[in-house]
Amino acid sequence: MKDLIHARFKINYSSFALDFDLSLPGHGISALFGQSGSGKTTVLRCMAGLERAHDAYIEVNGEVWQDDARGIFLPTHKRSLGYIFQEASLFPHLSVRRNLEYGQKRTGGGSDNVAFGQAITLLGIDHLMERLPDKLSGGERQRVAIARALLTKPSLLLMDEPLAALDIKRKQEILPYLERLHDTLAIPILYVSHQPDEVVRLADQVVLLESGKVLACGPVTDVLARLDLSRTLLEEAASVIEATIGHHDTKYHLMRLDFRGGAILAAQRDLSLGQKVRLKMYARDVSITMSAPTDSSILNHLPAVVLEMADTSNPAIILVRLDLGGTPLLARITKRSRDMLGIVPGSQVFAQIKSVALLV
Amino acid sequence: MGFLSEDWGAIWLTLKLSVYVTVLLLLIGTPIAWWLARTRSRLKSWVGTVVALPLVLPPTVMGFYLLVVMGPNGPIGQLTQSLGLGLLPFTFSGLVIGSLFYSMPFVVQPLQNAFEAIGERPLEAAATLRASPLDVFFSVALPLARPGIITAAILGFAHTVGEFGIVLMIGGSIPDKTRVVSVQIYNHVEAFEYAHAHWLAGGMLVFSFAVLLALYMFNPKHRVCG
Repeated sequence: MKDLIHARFKINYSSFALDFDLSLPGHGISALFGQSGSGKTTVLRCMAGLERAHDAYIEVNGEVWQDDARGIFLPTHKRSLGYIFQEASLFPHLSVRRNLEYGQKRTGGGSDNVAFGQAITLLGIDHLMERLPDKLSGGERQRVAIARALLTKPSLLLMDEPLAALDIKRKQEILPYLERLHDTLAIPILYVSHQPDEVVRLADQVVLLESGKVLACGPVTDVLARLDLSRTLLEEAASVIEATIGHHDTKYHLMRLDFRGGAILAAQRDLSLGQKVRLKMYARDVSITMSAPTDSSILNHLPAVVLEMADTSNPAIILVRLDLGGTPLLARITKRSRDMLGIVPGSQVFAQIKSVALLV
Repeated sequence: MGFLSEDWGAIWLTLKLSVYVTVLLLLIGTPIAWWLARTRSRLKSWVGTVVALPLVLPPTVMGFYLLVVMGPNGPIGQLTQSLGLGLLPFTFSGLVIGSLFYSMPFVVQPLQNAFEAIGERPLEAAATLRASPLDVFFSVALPLARPGIITAAILGFAHTVGEFGIVLMIGGSIPDKTRVVSVQIYNHVEAFEYAHAHWLAGGMLVFSFAVLLALYMFNPKHRVCG
């Protein structure tokens, strides 16, 4: 697919510099991921024109929003975008309905009742229409804000940690809506987050940002399995694998999940054969044996080849990148184990996977 | 006993002056307050200081300068004369202009506080929803600043009702033209007409109390500033 979003810009504040250069596909969710202070929010604000970057070139869907070389700068209200702020930014003096209409009226959408109905159904806010924002829960407010942005028919949706201000329960309440968004909308979404879980669950592409620079960019399965990037996320280091449901074992209540280069077993869930799922395996749940264990309670052990190893912030521990016949997998082992087992790049080993999280 | 006919004239004139000044100040003060609340210009402190000056200057000082500037040899006086408007001192128009300066901070400061309290977020959100800056101002900033606007109007009105020194300097005491209630009280006292002075002074007291009470009751969050 052709890249449809091009963004290149710089920011130089006394305390912070940003040098951003990226092309993204014009569909799906691209996660802008990084520690706090890495410049994620600033990137979004520059894209939106809320912050004035310099040496900028920003093009979305063939429309140039900013080109400093030619002196072009579209102000925010002329950019076809939707912006979801960290904390919901509903207008407190307007009812939910009038909040939703605010942007729709101004995009010349007039009263497109069909789009209106779709948006409120998609986000499950039909019953809130006449309420004022201060009578809504945090999750409801964020859903209204998302619907309000969608109703402007944006070419690009910018979401700045939309879940950060919510507690776990509210997050769980809103995540399914975000997934529905992903499945039903053709609008590309740039999603800022510092939560690996959110990124793994939602994103197709990951842009890893560190100190204002793009460290890596690519499909979520590739980027998260890169050792150099996972080092900083020791506890959270994880691999993501795309798999399909291959078989249901009704006797043991297990199901087989097939992926490129292998298959694993997981507790049975109510999913139809052939359905696509994402598997997340924390590196801390993957260990290495030299031969296929026959006396282990762990179900999943797969033949693998050691690709590379990397030190971590913990001097006792290393991360190992394994290849399962074409699919990358991260394991976390001690240096002592590495030396005792004589693991080197190219070693033929078995990966034991203690637990798998299913992201449906 | 009660109000004399001159007293009624003064009351009427005072109310007329206060309404004019309040309406004009809301129109002039709102853009100034908006600019002060939003700008990062270095001029901000200078403009803010000029607006706040009447809070500390004795009204006679302001009145004196206005008298000089609007007088026959002052720049504004020469301008109004060349435009065929005559001279402004000792006219109702002159009084309105003096009062505008004098009551300006009581209108601009509550407005500025109200605009600042809105913060960037709702304005940015409106911009991402395709609202132009002017549209944002009318559809988001003004409605959200409403409590501040009410405070500003009441304070501007009440403060104009209560002014004395500046009126005396540039308006004098011409019945039905520049003789407002506070000046009329002064005249009664000068003439030892304490009973008449009591009626007007008591009326002012009750009026001021009622205005401030209304302000605090309807707008508990907004303090009277200045």
